[in-house]
Amino acid sequence: MPAFTVETKDGLALARLNLPGESINKITRGVRDELDALLTAWASDSGVRAIVLLSGKPDTFIAGADIDEFVRLSSVAEARELVRRGQALIGRIAALGKPVVAAIHGACLGGGLEAALACSYRVATDHPKTVLGLPEVQLGIFPAAGGCQRLPRLIGARAALDMILTGKTLPASRAQKIGVVDEVVHPAILETVALGAAARMADGWRPRRPAAGRGITGLLLDRTPLGRRVVFALARRGVTRQTRGHYPAPLAALRAVAHGLAYGVEAGLEMEAALFAELAVGEVSRNLVRMFFATTALKKDPGVAGQAPPPRPVRNVAIVGAGFMGAAIGGVAVAQAGVDVRFRDTDIARVGQGLAAARKILDDRLKRRRITRFEHRRLAALLSGGTGFDGFGRADLVIEAVFEDLQVKHEVFRAVEAAVREDCILASNTSTIPIARVAEATQRPERVIGMHFFSPVERMPLLEVIVADRTAPETTVTAVAFGRRMGKTVIVVQDRPGFWVNRILAPYLNEAGRLLEEGLRIEELDAMMVKFGFPVGPLTLLDEVGLDVAAKSAGILHQAFGDRMAPAKGVHRLTQSGRLGRKNGRGFYEYRGGKRRRADRSVYELLGVAPRAAPAPEEALARMVYAMLNEAALALEEGVVRSARDGDIGAVFGIGYPAFRGGPLRYMDHLGPTKVVEELQRLEGAWGKRFQPAPMLRRLADTGGRFYSDA
Amino acid sequence: MMGAANGRRVALVAGCRTPFCRSGSDLKDLTAVDLARHATVELLHRANLDGEQVDEMFFGQVVASPLAPNLAREVSLLPQFPRTIPAVTVNRACASANTAIAYAHDQIALGHARVAIAGGAESLSDIPVLHSRRFADTLVNLSRAKTLGQRLALIARIRPRDLIPVAPAIAEPSTGETMGQSAERMAKENGITRAAQDALALRSHQRALAGTQDGRLTAEIAPMFGAGGTPVVQDNGVRADTTAEKLAALKPVFDRRYGTVTAGNSSPLTDGGAAVLLMSDESASALGYEPLAFIRSYAVTAVDPAEQLLMGPAYAVPLALERAGIPWREVGLIEMHEAFAAQVLSNVQAFESREWAERHLGRSEPIGEVNWDIVNVMGGSIAIGHPFGATGARLTLTLANEMRRRNVQFGLISVCAQGGMGFAMVLERR
Repeated sequence: MPAFTVETKDGLALARLNLPGESINKITRGVRDELDALLTAWASDSGVRAIVLLSGKPDTFIAGADIDEFVRLSSVAEARELVRRGQALIGRIAALGKPVVAAIHGACLGGGLEAALACSYRVATDHPKTVLGLPEVQLGIFPAAGGCQRLPRLIGARAALDMILTGKTLPASRAQKIGVVDEVVHPAILETVALGAAARMADGWRPRRPAAGRGITGLLLDRTPLGRRVVFALARRGVTRQTRGHYPAPLAALRAVAHGLAYGVEAGLEMEAALFAELAVGEVSRNLVRMFFATTALKKDPGVAGQAPPPRPVRNVAIVGAGFMGAAIGGVAVAQAGVDVRFRDTDIARVGQGLAAARKILDDRLKRRRITRFEHRRLAALLSGGTGFDGFGRADLVIEAVFEDLQVKHEVFRAVEAAVREDCILASNTSTIPIARVAEATQRPERVIGMHFFSPVERMPLLEVIVADRTAPETTVTAVAFGRRMGKTVIVVQDRPGFWVNRILAPYLNEAGRLLEEGLRIEELDAMMVKFGFPVGPLTLLDEVGLDVAAKSAGILHQAFGDRMAPAKGVHRLTQSGRLGRKNGRGFYEYRGGKRRRADRSVYELLGVAPRAAPAPEEALARMVYAMLNEAALALEEGVVRSARDGDIGAVFGIGYPAFRGGPLRYMDHLGPTKVVEELQRLEGAWGKRFQPAPMLRRLADTGGRFYSDA
Repeated sequence: MMGAANGRRVALVAGCRTPFCRSGSDLKDLTAVDLARHATVELLHRANLDGEQVDEMFFGQVVASPLAPNLAREVSLLPQFPRTIPAVTVNRACASANTAIAYAHDQIALGHARVAIAGGAESLSDIPVLHSRRFADTLVNLSRAKTLGQRLALIARIRPRDLIPVAPAIAEPSTGETMGQSAERMAKENGITRAAQDALALRSHQRALAGTQDGRLTAEIAPMFGAGGTPVVQDNGVRADTTAEKLAALKPVFDRRYGTVTAGNSSPLTDGGAAVLLMSDESASALGYEPLAFIRSYAVTAVDPAEQLLMGPAYAVPLALERAGIPWREVGLIEMHEAFAAQVLSNVQAFESREWAERHLGRSEPIGEVNWDIVNVMGGSIAIGHPFGATGARLTLTLANEMRRRNVQFGLISVCAQGGMGFAMVLERR
């Protein structure tokens, strides 16, 4: 079955792309071949004066190139060949000699936008599903089908770099404003307007577009070689600061754009192809693509094995505890899922503060124009609260976010159970208490589950759904589905101490504490891990999480797992000295007015050490990195996460484990289990039994196995 | 027996209201729509009701905002409800929410609706301020002007006094007399003394204070949250420090020389909202609700506004009792709207007067003696406040709650309203 259907009427060809067997359009080999043939036919057919290109899919124009095809690339030469052919095809659209109008409704991304850019005119719909962008850098590559050449010529270097380097998508209205599309219309008249434009262009009409880079600044920065050098220098500095050299794609894109503007389109295309080919087969892109596939697969995973029951509908959510966490969970539930949220706290003033904090999440979205004034008003009306359990009878899901104390939680769960319907799901946002223990207070443990959110809830993308032995599959499926509606990446984890994220984090943080006690400087420790690829270092992380919270979690894990998880001895002195981290302005760093200042020198005095530069920075790094790697292997073997995929996603989204390394388990595959075991044995000899290699790692080393079965 | 004779019996199942706050105080940044929506959302939660169950909504508002003229529809478009619930806003001045409840009753009794929400709201902090008619005319003409010359000519006609904004007054359009002037005239004509008025006001405050402190009054209040989440949990017009001396020291407002009506013995300008949940008896059973009370009867009357403007209750009460088929003595609890102490006392005087009954009702017996122990037992509008559009729902809710606490069989509501109107309703327990 062909992907394109073409109707020709009055000299206008209407080519509709509707990729068979797929819910979206993407540029596959088949699509390319068909388009190639069509272009040849149109070029010589005097009955065709102009062409309109549109999509037969409801929500996509063209979502991009076929990633599966690109993943199979095995050599630089092969990648280069693929890109050159893609460039040639899209170049043929531009060089057809007859007007081609892109009628864009739905996602127009990556190669889809590059194809649209080669058209003579672009009409987009004002529908919310219509978004345009070049997200390639998020997969470790960049637009190499002429996107780095045509976009800067259309809208100016600055605006083009803003799209290409960030990979962000734009709504149609914004795209029109910066000149990416020529017209924005209601979906019902898209086809008519596009055909009209095609007919006029066939008669010789040409759209008048303002020169790329408008105004005085545009003139200076976009339209002079010197100005562009300033733009590129600034962009390069910005990219370097953001990627810290770990992500090569944005810099490559920058080079391709600059080269093209300096030496012409053909030279630019050659540069695109050369740089793209290197990236496409590189480890960074491979890992980012794997991460993309993993999260995509996870989104379709119901959270239980075998035949999954359908999730229960969740329209009304009640939250016990309107404190910092509870309020943020409620705010995100309203903002993302649009459910009714009822807060309950013992003190009406706390309810008020919680409501205000939840509302602030909506206010921020309004400020950033993510929602309209009217949506804001509608969503804000979904927030309410009180000191009683009013409204709990309406609730489909209750989330408990009270103080981390089993007795307190038991009281809450008993009271909640008396107030809710029998089919209501009861979730605890605990980070330290086993869900099975929490469930002991209820008559229906099958309805009890853990939903471990990370703070700040509105920014942290991960949710751990914790399944206890008696949790019913329907409960799990419902919690997973609702977590997803809240915009979270959800992994299902077993009810083991620390769950997944805090479990693998603990030995790493403990090791950082030991290094600090050995006299390593605070900033140096943090910088080391940032250089490794973490967004922040371990001590900054502790300050953010709160030293008291971290100490409590560390204690529980120590108790559960023994010496391997023993916290550094001196660190408790810091908590005793009243240091709670950022929240009270005192931690490893000093804070003033909410801003972090320098490291707090008095920390060293408290620990009785004189700070010095690391005598062996490589060793310090290895101790921190391998502590986490080993624990990840141990926890995976215990079945804390269901798969290596879930474990890596949890580490990347929950801790900020460097995505370009693919997560701790993928990273061990990359290093090779044998090498990992050898290094752990060396560390064990030097620093103690806590580095004893996980049995699973030894087994993999012995059998030549891997955590992942793919590539 | 109206409910039984004329259709399905209608139950009052639950209700709640915002705190009532003096205009320009704790609720000043909110609109009447905000207040009505808050009361309604809280009602849903307190009743554990699914919004899908509601068939229709009726709300009262007196000074409507031109920006949202149908307040009820703004409420029924709350995200907790399907977007398909028809809603109407009614205006019968101070009896607006009563009228909303009565209309909801009618639709349920007729079988047109099974479950309805009724109530009302007013923000006298957020009243529309108008331009003068001359200035408005000029603006309209300007929008039609075609040439610059025409425009300039129109602009040149604007005089400084045209720019003075016009605030709506609480006056009778037919007579120009304000409410307060009417109350003042009634006090004089009926011989109501300053002392009697102040005593009623004092009792209103004392009883409202007791009701606030023991929680009977606050039980019907859904706390609201101001900027930054500061909770407002109770009515802020109820004064613990009111004394007879302080009330006596206040200057009369409407007749500075010989008058008796003061700010102390009148109801204050107030912001607030209230909502009640009504349903047919069968629906209440089917959905598992234990009704607070049932609507037994109601009546609306009107007199010539040029006569004693606020005497409506003296006409509506006997009619509602007649429709209820019960004598005055069986009424165990009364909620009487206190617009002005002079108005309450004038009506009570009429209730108790054989002569008045003969002359105005053509009856040989007076309506009945008033036992103050069962009237406004938690105070009234003078202390609690009087958001015009909401008061009727507050009275209904307060009465129903207290009837349940005292296990009273029949309760009566009486309200006077602008335009010489009166409203009365009889509630009964099962």
